[in-house]
Amino acid sequence: MFDNFVVPDLLPAAPELFLAAMALVILMVDLLVKDSRRTVTFVLAQLTLIGCALIQFSTSTGEITYTFSNMFVDDLMSDLLKLFLYMTVLIVLFYSRGYIIEREAMNKGEYYVLALFATLGMMVMISANHFLTIYMGLELLSLSLYAMVAMNRESVVSTEAAMKYFVLGALASGLLLYGMSMIYGATGTLEITGVAERLYGGGVNKSVLVFGLVFLVSGLAFKLGVVPFHMWIPDVYHGAPTSVTLFIGSAPKLAAFAIVMRLLVNGLITMAQDWQMMLIILAVLSMAIGNLAAIAQTNLKRMLAYSAISHMGFMLLGITTGVVSGDARYALNAYSSAMFYVIAYVLTSTASFGMILLMSRAGFEADNLDDFKGLNKRSPWFAGVMLMIMFSMAGVPFFIGFFAKFSVLQAVVAAGYMWLAIVAVLFSLIGAFYYLRVVKLMYFDAPLDETPIQAGMDMRILLSANGLAIGLLGVFPQVIMSLCAYALLRSL
Amino acid sequence: MSTYPLLSFAIWIPIVAGLVVLATGSDRNAPLARMLALFGSIAAFLVTIPLWTGFDIANGGMQFVELKTWIPRFNINYHLGVDGISMLFVVLNAFITIIVVAAGWEVIQNKVAQYNAAFLIMSGLMNGIFTSLDGVLFYVFFEASLIPLYLIIGVWGGPNRVYAAFKFFLYTLFGSLLFLLALMYLFIQSGGSFSILEWHKLPIALGAQIWLFLAFMIAFAVKVPMWPVHTWLPDAHVEAPTGGSIVLAAIALKLGAYGFLRFSLPILPDASHELSGLVVALSLIAVVYIGFVALVQEDMKKLVAYSSIAHMGFVTLGFFMFSPMGVEGALVQMVSHGFVSGAMFFCIGVMYDRVHSRQIADYGGVVNKMPKFAALFMLFTMANAGLPATSGFVGEFMVILGAVKFNFWVAFAAASAMIIGAAYSLWMYKRVIFGDVANHHVEELSDINKREFAILGVLAIATLWMGLYPQPFTEVMHASVTDLLRHVAISKIQ
Repeated sequence: MFDNFVVPDLLPAAPELFLAAMALVILMVDLLVKDSRRTVTFVLAQLTLIGCALIQFSTSTGEITYTFSNMFVDDLMSDLLKLFLYMTVLIVLFYSRGYIIEREAMNKGEYYVLALFATLGMMVMISANHFLTIYMGLELLSLSLYAMVAMNRESVVSTEAAMKYFVLGALASGLLLYGMSMIYGATGTLEITGVAERLYGGGVNKSVLVFGLVFLVSGLAFKLGVVPFHMWIPDVYHGAPTSVTLFIGSAPKLAAFAIVMRLLVNGLITMAQDWQMMLIILAVLSMAIGNLAAIAQTNLKRMLAYSAISHMGFMLLGITTGVVSGDARYALNAYSSAMFYVIAYVLTSTASFGMILLMSRAGFEADNLDDFKGLNKRSPWFAGVMLMIMFSMAGVPFFIGFFAKFSVLQAVVAAGYMWLAIVAVLFSLIGAFYYLRVVKLMYFDAPLDETPIQAGMDMRILLSANGLAIGLLGVFPQVIMSLCAYALLRSL
Repeated sequence: MSTYPLLSFAIWIPIVAGLVVLATGSDRNAPLARMLALFGSIAAFLVTIPLWTGFDIANGGMQFVELKTWIPRFNINYHLGVDGISMLFVVLNAFITIIVVAAGWEVIQNKVAQYNAAFLIMSGLMNGIFTSLDGVLFYVFFEASLIPLYLIIGVWGGPNRVYAAFKFFLYTLFGSLLFLLALMYLFIQSGGSFSILEWHKLPIALGAQIWLFLAFMIAFAVKVPMWPVHTWLPDAHVEAPTGGSIVLAAIALKLGAYGFLRFSLPILPDASHELSGLVVALSLIAVVYIGFVALVQEDMKKLVAYSSIAHMGFVTLGFFMFSPMGVEGALVQMVSHGFVSGAMFFCIGVMYDRVHSRQIADYGGVVNKMPKFAALFMLFTMANAGLPATSGFVGEFMVILGAVKFNFWVAFAAASAMIIGAAYSLWMYKRVIFGDVANHHVEELSDINKREFAILGVLAIATLWMGLYPQPFTEVMHASVTDLLRHVAISKIQ
């Protein structure tokens, strides 16, 4: 009966297995600790992430390894993205801790367990080599996030955001599945590398394929949050508790980048002409709507939501320029610049929501722009950190955001899309306005509220380190840039 | 020749000093912050002196070169060097920083550490612009220097400071973003190099040269500023604190003009010749039209701001006549304008600190109460008008001489500006300083103190020195300007 059963090679998936096991253990342990001793759960969750990183380091071979009947792949790109993922989630949980302790409904062990399951989902997405693996990871991530958004049960806004997220997220998953089934219909396989081989071999029904591709790209656009599939982003960012917004606004971008790479580049590279055109439209619209709508916001979380839309649009520019009229010479340059952009964005975005968490306290969410008025009087150091975050997002040197924009722009120019580069910089100019406005509020205006910042010392130190990293990596961007380039060189 | 990395010192000493000053924190430590800032700015100035004394005037190429790999992924290098064109600006910048720190000594009582730190950091960044030989390094300094000035205008500026700060930042960012794309285009064309010196040798087709020239020109014209993209400057000047105005006029305006010499002319010689008519026309409009605009200003700072635009018109005019006389005259004019406009803004600041008004109508008869000040102010007004024996004369005269060879009517229009310049400078001086004591504010004026006298005295010596004996200034630039012009004369179209 079990003649055909072969135990798959578990080593490439060791971090995932470890995380899954630990998440279940933590769920059990948490039953035994009182609310006042919740630190145990927190520390265990952090140790799990560190453990994952260590396992990742020790098991990484640098080769492309398939396992679970080619459903799962481990390559350098996934290793690198996962290491940044662990780091991001670690920082996110650190920032969240003070916030959820002050809010009774959220101070549950489930918060950490859900975050770990979401992380597991993202890891599966990053390493997927099969449509179903992608879908499984995506749903694990999404369902955990829906629950996290709704965790603050008393809040009407949060519940509404969770509903909206759930309905639209389900729609997006549907689109994605529909696109996948079309492609399956055309190629007869669900395996991503298999799809690529079939397409390369030729004789595939193009119209079914393009039809499927449109749905696939729409589904991806939903998950990335780019225009015109962006409507959930501002409401969910605004409505979710800030610690959850921080989570949604950071780590999932890495996973979304990974599935775009897996599906479009690994699987459908022969269709590049078709999807690049779609991505260009999505990118230009996102930069336009994101930057223009951000100007009108008075709520910082909403503003950052629109800023996220525009940043994802900018990142897509990097992906669109990989193949120029059938010539893939620039592919490595283009994709690695997009990858660098995502990593830089995640680092900056984590710090920006971290600032909101730092300023908020029990019963007070510092999520209005006006709450940042006169921060330079209240705390010159953190005003300086926020200044770095804002200038980094605006793409002003010496901050990492500048080199992120720089690397994507040079990829666009190298591919010969000068007009696209001009459009991109003009929208960055518009974007600079609302980032400058935050700096203006902090430095030029008088504070509305003189309450000293109450966050704990650990939070202060980590956030300062995060801010300094934005500056330091802006002066020495080479390390991460070449890591991205090397990882993609070995994975494509 | 010195073996120390002097240029790195010139960039990083003020920046590190700025961070140290920032660390002194709140205004309780203000005296310490001021002393540290003064110490830092003097140290930064001292390291630039060997640049001048050790400069080889026979060598037109780059000197004091430093070359280190920075971002190998894009072949970006930390490549520094100065030639006769840029060296004087490094020294001038370091010198003006001392003046600025001293100028804010008593006046600035609010966030003293941040104020001085912003100026020191900005000074370092601007030295970076003048010494970068790598396109991206140049751009990074070019854009990063917007941040401190944005804060200076916005935090310590006048009533309409927010508007001015935003206008300043967004205007200049707009220019520099297109410049960035032009740099990337050159990077690709040159097969993966950001070295400015490599680009000087790179052949480029005429069509591409024209587009690149326009992209460069938008960036630099906004910075200079040239008519019609000059409108941010009067706003920024009026709202900025005295120190901000001094730095803006004395150094920041030179960045755009410097960009023309370092990028546009040598990298795009054919487009420069092709479009020289455009630049000359815009320069003449700046010289004549903006001169008239200055004449009718009622705000002293605005008047000097407009006169700065007119003076910078002389600079761009001088560059695009492609003669040694024109280019050297323009460079002399840039240095001289650094002293004179800095001094003019300081003089206005002196009066503003006492009366809290910049309106000409609020003054009159100041000489009766402030004789020492009136005498020094007279000197700078004369220099601003281009009186012989002051530095203002040398540059303008050289540019006009160059223009006569180029085209008589251009020279005629440029020369008429000396009359307009005299008109607005002297008329303002007359209304503010002479006559009877106008009101009780003027009645209560006290003459300049020792600190103010020292600052104006030093600037007066510099102005007269350059006016009477410009040789040390012109001899260092001669070889480099000759090299540059020889380069510009060779077509790059293949």
